[in-house]
Amino acid sequence: MQNYEERKCMQLKKIYLDNAATTQVDERVLEEMQRVFLENYGNASSLHSFGQNALEEMEKSREKIARILGAKPKEIYFTSGGTESNNAAIKGIMNLNEKNKLIVSSIEHPSIIKTAEYLKEKGKKVFFAQVNEKGIIKIDELEKQIDSNTSLISVMHSNNEIGSIQPIKEIAEMCETKKVLFHSDIVQSTAKIKIDLNKLNLNLASVSGHKFYGPKGVGLLFVKEGTKIEPLIHGGGQEKKIRSGTENIPGIVGLAKALELTEENREQEMNRQEKLRDKLIKGLNEIKKSKLNGHETKRLANNVNFSFFGVEGEALITLLDFEGIQASTGSACSSKNLKISHVLEAIGLDHIWAHGSLRLSLGKNNTEKEIDYTLEKIPLVVEKLRKMSSVKI
Amino acid sequence: MYSKKVMEEFKNPKNIGKIEDPDAVGEVGNPICGDMMKVYLKIKDNKIIDVKVETFGCVSAIATSSKATEMVKGKTLEDAMKLTEKEVADELDGLPPIKFHCSVLAVKGIKKAIENYREKQKK
Repeated sequence: MQNYEERKCMQLKKIYLDNAATTQVDERVLEEMQRVFLENYGNASSLHSFGQNALEEMEKSREKIARILGAKPKEIYFTSGGTESNNAAIKGIMNLNEKNKLIVSSIEHPSIIKTAEYLKEKGKKVFFAQVNEKGIIKIDELEKQIDSNTSLISVMHSNNEIGSIQPIKEIAEMCETKKVLFHSDIVQSTAKIKIDLNKLNLNLASVSGHKFYGPKGVGLLFVKEGTKIEPLIHGGGQEKKIRSGTENIPGIVGLAKALELTEENREQEMNRQEKLRDKLIKGLNEIKKSKLNGHETKRLANNVNFSFFGVEGEALITLLDFEGIQASTGSACSSKNLKISHVLEAIGLDHIWAHGSLRLSLGKNNTEKEIDYTLEKIPLVVEKLRKMSSVKI
Repeated sequence: MYSKKVMEEFKNPKNIGKIEDPDAVGEVGNPICGDMMKVYLKIKDNKIIDVKVETFGCVSAIATSSKATEMVKGKTLEDAMKLTEKEVADELDGLPPIKFHCSVLAVKGIKKAIENYREKQKK
């Protein structure tokens, strides 16, 4: 621990603008986790005092999380992260229900899209609901797809690539009227936007710890009281038989602590990040033949996604990395299947524009000075690549 | 992950740009796969005396177009036609399997330019 400050200083020489991918664990979270790792390392299923202390630790965290997210403690099930929560929610409902139609948005995280495709192969009826060119779901078209055979709808609270915020409240109301279950992947919104799960009227929601300065490998699934779900992982019957496996108590404590810390000054901090975001957008708009992807206002306060015509994203982020700036892209060249991001495709972005996409996602450690430096470097790097490019602007 | 040589080549790419009055041009790739290259050749006495390339593509597309053009500069057209994508990739200490098509494209661009030159000579 004595090296923590030193290490942090060293890292700050690099500008980390990929907070939508993951975040640096907060020092105070790490301290809490270290305490649990070393002192309360018991198995929560054990009857001795070490086990019972660990159990108490976990239940305190559950209560804390439930309070912040507007849920009941018994509605919170701990998992290994966003991907597991999304899999558990979709498969857990679709495998149980007699109605066999699933509707998901076309811009969901791969852990939803791939799960939906898997279920389609297994014989379920799956519909991918379209979004408009700003990345907002076409709610009328979604509504038309709901029939008496529809079991579940899953629409993310906000998108991880282009930051577009979805009309979750309206969809939830629609689902309630039509007696359809509703799941939302709230991974990107948690700790950024005020979430009140029971007021939102969701049946299920997925959260991941490492997106808000908590540890990797821990997340949760919210299941509204009365919503029946089948377990994804079978075993010792932990988490009321919904999620077996020895509980990751240091991770759970870390998740709760991280959520508590971000909630303390969430509004103020997100206002600060929004100002930095808008400064980035304004600055990048000055680059010729560039455009903002996603919605101008219905947008996560920490998300910037820009396309620069005639440059390729992987080359762009590599040159930015040479300048100390860490960012990401939706370019085909950077993906594992050489396809452009399905999100950029869903908003109808032309291939050349999609190849030149750059995502900058802010976090609590970013300063205005860093943003100024980034705004100095990006135009130079874009210019350099455009000079090399065979696609002329 | 890219090799050190790929990163070096990407950092300081050679022969990037265009030749104003080229003897031949070869254009390959398409925007859907992502990479597009335009190779310019200056040819004298059956030899490539100058070569330049413009690349719209990723790190390995830029690195391989740089390396491939370096490898054919000064060579006869016949020797240049013998260049293989494997030779280019090997010169760069290999490419990730998913990126091998970049070296294919770079070699294809050069060969297309030579073919275009030969077609022109026939007329």
